[in-house]
Amino acid sequence: MSSQKKLVVAHAPYWHDGSKISTKNYHIMIAALPAVLMGISQYGAPALAVIAFAMACAMIWEVVWNLILGKSASIGDGSAAVTGMLLGMLMPATAPWWLIALGTFIAIIVGKQIFGGIGFNPLNPPLLALAMLVISFKGVFDFNESLRHYDLGFVMTYPLADLKAFGTGAIGKFGLGDLFMGRQAGAIGSTFGLGLIVGGLYLMIRGYMRWEISLSFLAGVFITALLFNLSDPAQYASPVFHLLTGYTLIAAFFLVPEDSSSPANFIPMLIFGAMAGMMTVLIRNIGAYVDGVVFAVLLMNLCNPLLDKIRPKAIGKVVENA
Amino acid sequence: MIKRSFLGLVKPALRYNLAPGSVQELPVPKKVILLLKAPENGGPPSTLKVGDAVKTGQRLSASPDSAEYVISSVTGTISAMSPHVGTLAQKYTAITIDASGQDDWDDEFNKTPTLDTALRFFEYTPGSPSFKAFADPEKTIRTVVINGMDDDLLLTANQCVVQNKAADIKNGVDILKKMTGVERVVVTVPESLVQQAGATGAELKMVRGTYPNSLPHMIMKDVLGQMVEAGDTPEDAGVVFVRAEAVAALGAAFRTGQLPVSKVVTVVGKGGSARNVRARIGTPLRDVLQACNVSVSERDRLILGGPMMGIATYSEELPLEPGTDGIVVQDEADSAQTTDYPCINCGECIRICPVKIPVNMLVRFLEARLYEDAAAMYDLHCCIECGLCSYVCVSRIPIFQYIKLAKYELSLIETAEAANE
Repeated sequence: MSSQKKLVVAHAPYWHDGSKISTKNYHIMIAALPAVLMGISQYGAPALAVIAFAMACAMIWEVVWNLILGKSASIGDGSAAVTGMLLGMLMPATAPWWLIALGTFIAIIVGKQIFGGIGFNPLNPPLLALAMLVISFKGVFDFNESLRHYDLGFVMTYPLADLKAFGTGAIGKFGLGDLFMGRQAGAIGSTFGLGLIVGGLYLMIRGYMRWEISLSFLAGVFITALLFNLSDPAQYASPVFHLLTGYTLIAAFFLVPEDSSSPANFIPMLIFGAMAGMMTVLIRNIGAYVDGVVFAVLLMNLCNPLLDKIRPKAIGKVVENA
Repeated sequence: MIKRSFLGLVKPALRYNLAPGSVQELPVPKKVILLLKAPENGGPPSTLKVGDAVKTGQRLSASPDSAEYVISSVTGTISAMSPHVGTLAQKYTAITIDASGQDDWDDEFNKTPTLDTALRFFEYTPGSPSFKAFADPEKTIRTVVINGMDDDLLLTANQCVVQNKAADIKNGVDILKKMTGVERVVVTVPESLVQQAGATGAELKMVRGTYPNSLPHMIMKDVLGQMVEAGDTPEDAGVVFVRAEAVAALGAAFRTGQLPVSKVVTVVGKGGSARNVRARIGTPLRDVLQACNVSVSERDRLILGGPMMGIATYSEELPLEPGTDGIVVQDEADSAQTTDYPCINCGECIRICPVKIPVNMLVRFLEARLYEDAAAMYDLHCCIECGLCSYVCVSRIPIFQYIKLAKYELSLIETAEAANE
């Protein structure tokens, strides 16, 4: 039984829904654009330089790593570009070039590639890089210090730093509307609340992000901050203030729901998000750091494998001792 | 390829084709090829030889006492016999029969409605039903489910039979009850065929029109409310699934006294145009495709069955088998390609899995060939093999293939262990 025509054999299924990792990552970048553009319009060319250099560096590190290990090029999947872009968005516009090169090295090589590349990173790469940079170079991430030469027509102090140093009395000058519209000092891509929310909703609706994690993270931040606020309004800021300042929104929509370092089952996703939100406010309100997002999320990343053990019983599975 | 919906929160709804068209009769082919399971000892069939004359409906088996047989679908002479290996390494003897053009019916089949008759003549009939479970003393069969749906997307062959042959199915149900002694016969159909199925005299149940609701395990869960334990078949739970086409063939055979030798098959061309034809079992695929004006070119896929669970085969010379419900030709440009990218843990497969398997973890074990761990910890044997995980995988991992491979490897280990004891 031989045939002249050569047919292609393959295993079922022969249909696919057409999704691709690269498509997913490009959509994440599109969703992040409003916040990035706002940052660039506020801080000008330096912000553009930081974002562009971070993306370029991240991709170069990925290529270099692939070349050294002789692996096939994985740059086309867009994952390195997204990591670079997010790390750039978390930095102040004045970040020096060597800091970006180092940060992207940590994110791509230490955060992702040494574990095996995409899908294997136990921690969120941009956040891991940011955590190391924040610990090592405090001055750069002191936004009051690093943005002291800018006057953009609104209060140029970092809201969370004011809250930490002077209590709720010092944050009266920040209008919630201003905070929401990005009229606050901070990292390039993390201040424009409206843009981040629009981007996040886009990702959720298109199914490129797990909405369960985002929403439970925001709920965790809100509820924990609300409890603190109710217990002592003079000392602790309102929950809405916590939602609109620092890294809360960019984390909720772009960092916490990162695929590899967060759970995939329903209940674990809710616990993961809520706990990360709770830890964030705990660190902000009673911890040493001004913004708790970075360490809260990294801590929950570590709990991810354990959390994902909570899963529904497969249909047909027989539990011996039940 | 069906694209994902714009709103990603909505599960992709893969709907069955629920519009069975009319059936076109194909002429008797010049030759048929029948695949007979090779005897245990591997040698060529002792009772058959090249040059033998065979009649339509004649039972051909490798030796007088062998349980494996085929039913000749034409009258003619055996022109060739050669070994043939199936996709999972099953050994067959391919018997080629040159047809004389006229049907001369064999008269061995004598309309006695016993289980023995079913085992002896009706396992090589359209829909390839299995009656072995009824004869198995370890199994107690209480229910027979007649599946009036097609297993896979695009196909309508089985629904076509329900639509057109309700009287034969009714007759078949009565005979099936007599043969097996089973009292409860359920027929499952989509909403569109309720009227026809209502006339069959079996207990009527409806199945939703989205994939994979017509798979036996899903019907067990949703319609009968019975759980099939991981790794078991519905037969182990006391339920035998028979396709509507097989029941109709049974009914028709007892009405006319002639064994069923043709079956309905859905042929889907590259443009997605589906049509149903009735062809003799064993007709080479080439003849069926030509009759439907479906052309196959180099590097296309020729799929036996449907797009989710079918088997892409390598040659147009292969025959139409009793279990083949569809022939789908897929252009190279439309074929889904798999990659060796790792799982990125996005969770799409978990959300779509109809039996709630943690596919993201399972696939990691399967990639590392830890099949026993996969079965013990991550529910490998719960899988009902619908292929949806591969369909939605953003990394395009051949998850379904990994699962089938793992099950196959585990079955080899089990067989080896059983042989050592």
